Amino acid sequence: MAPGLVSAVLFATIVAGTPLILTALGELVTEKSGVLNLGAEGIMSVGAVAAFAVTLNTGSPLLGIVAGMVAGMAMSALFGFAALTLQANQVASGLALSIFGVGLSAFVGKPYESQTLSSVAPLKIPLLSKLPVLGHALFEQQALVYFSWIMLAVVAWFLYRTRWGLVLRAVGETPVAAHAIGYNVLRIRYLAAIFGGAMAGIGGAFLSVFYTPLWVEGMVAGRGWISLALVVFATWRPLRVMLGAYLFGGAMITQMFVQGSGIRLDIPAQFLSALPYLATVVVLVLISRNRSTIRLNSPASLGQPFMPDA
Amino acid sequence: MRYLSPLLAVALMLVCGMVLFLVLGKSPVEGFKVFFIQPMADRYGVAELFLKATPLMLCAVGLSVGFRGNVWNIGAEGQLLVGALAGGGVALFFPNSHSPLLLPAMFVAGALGGMLWAAIPAWLRTRFNANEILTSLMLVYVAELMVSWLVHGPWKDPDGFNFPQTRLFQSKAILPILVEGTRVNAALIVALVVLIIGWVFMNRSFLGYQMKVSGQAERAGRYAGFSARRTVWIGMLVGGCCAGLAGVSEVAGPIGQITEHISPGYGFAAMIVAFVGRLEPVGILLASLLMALLYMGGEQAQQYLGLPFSISKVFQGLLLFFILGSDVFIHFRLRLDRGRK
Repeated sequence: MAPGLVSAVLFATIVAGTPLILTALGELVTEKSGVLNLGAEGIMSVGAVAAFAVTLNTGSPLLGIVAGMVAGMAMSALFGFAALTLQANQVASGLALSIFGVGLSAFVGKPYESQTLSSVAPLKIPLLSKLPVLGHALFEQQALVYFSWIMLAVVAWFLYRTRWGLVLRAVGETPVAAHAIGYNVLRIRYLAAIFGGAMAGIGGAFLSVFYTPLWVEGMVAGRGWISLALVVFATWRPLRVMLGAYLFGGAMITQMFVQGSGIRLDIPAQFLSALPYLATVVVLVLISRNRSTIRLNSPASLGQPFMPDA
Repeated sequence: MRYLSPLLAVALMLVCGMVLFLVLGKSPVEGFKVFFIQPMADRYGVAELFLKATPLMLCAVGLSVGFRGNVWNIGAEGQLLVGALAGGGVALFFPNSHSPLLLPAMFVAGALGGMLWAAIPAWLRTRFNANEILTSLMLVYVAELMVSWLVHGPWKDPDGFNFPQTRLFQSKAILPILVEGTRVNAALIVALVVLIIGWVFMNRSFLGYQMKVSGQAERAGRYAGFSARRTVWIGMLVGGCCAGLAGVSEVAGPIGQITEHISPGYGFAAMIVAFVGRLEPVGILLASLLMALLYMGGEQAQQYLGLPFSISKVFQGLLLFFILGSDVFIHFRLRLDRGRK
């Protein structure tokens, strides 16, 4: 491949992977606290539409991102209220959040369909962006791409190098023990879920403000669910989330490059579009096949409600 | 409380809906009328209600069997689509058949198609331990793309002015209308029969009992020697079978051909129906009518209030939240507790 093409493919892969990294990192933290929030798809949708609406009306992408984040936090607080305060089934509550979020975003976003935002200029890192091949792909990206790398480091540092990260993991492994030594399990789980919501909201904002600069119903297109699968694929480890996200990003942009390259392939476009979804299934199978990997790495109390006995 | 909580959830949803109408600057009374009363104003409307409730009922009965056994099949939408393709395919491949067996054959094919699509996550779960929630959902997207490919490509109507749709089914492949002047068709009878079978299976069969035990107390089921694999297989296959039937009921019913828009999310709405109906056939019957009303109310709101159709999805999501939240009244008794720190 020509260096120009390598650079372009790498660039697009990173762009496509970024919303997945953001959302999956948030979900990772949520799941590490023992909460399974299946609502990522709904949160991303609402985050995307909130960010789009605010950016369109204020002209400020930054305010848009904040709006997406706040919307995501509100959505996950709603989930927290059902699943943590009212002790409803976490799986069902997450599904409810997904259905509600996708519906709400379609409803709220209707007036914004067929409007577009002006694209935001990328943030060039001085010197580094001049590197051959890698410079353009790695260091001429949107600010949120760098943000996703920073958050990766922050999450990894927080979970494994700080006291509160240890507490959060303890809550996810053995809530009873964490409760017994005086930590407020439900509050920690709430905070973790809201962090997850904020990240998924930012992930949605990236889609509608930077990735496609427009809003269409259903534009999240399963990325929330893929992010959930990514967490399993990464066996709940932050660095692997990034690896997985770029793998999926690559699967997602294949179609674009095959169609744009002028190579006449006798494959219907729908087959290529199905690739990321099929890849998700395959990857889940490969990782889950080894039961002990899953059992060793998944938080022990994942999905189980905890009720402090007063 | 078990039967009161769905009513409470519906009441909460209505209150929320009223507030929503207020926020949107519409009169809540007017909104309520347009959304919930107007669709049922005449005979045709009531018939439409049953027409729309049919696929919901079918999918929800199937899902309830899985949910009872803690098998989370959330891909009913995809199974519905593959069922519609399989059943519709039979209609398209026998365009000149006059056999009275054509419709039954379509239903069988649809059921098999749905089961095939559900068998994939079941196999991946039992053989490779892959989470059925994610795999079944991913297959929804794949099924949607498959429908899109077929109606844009190999199955496209050659005389259809390039519209992405198949030929219209021949008259023998269309479900007979039950009530003259409406669209309600024989699929309703199929759905009611499936409801009864579902009730017998869950309440009067040993297999159904095993599903319930495995779902409520997995260990108890394991100690009793009930196969966990079988629970997954039955839960998924029953769900797929029913969703496949629902798919046929749509393409051989009101649509009459295969298009890209076979289902407005019936497979997802059916999950709500199953929960609101307390995973029991009678409850599912009532809940499917309610959910059909939400769909029709959305259409009415679009027509008369100028609101987007997706408002019905907002209502659906709210309803599911409230039903899950109101379970707190089943699990706990609320008590005023004064004077304690």
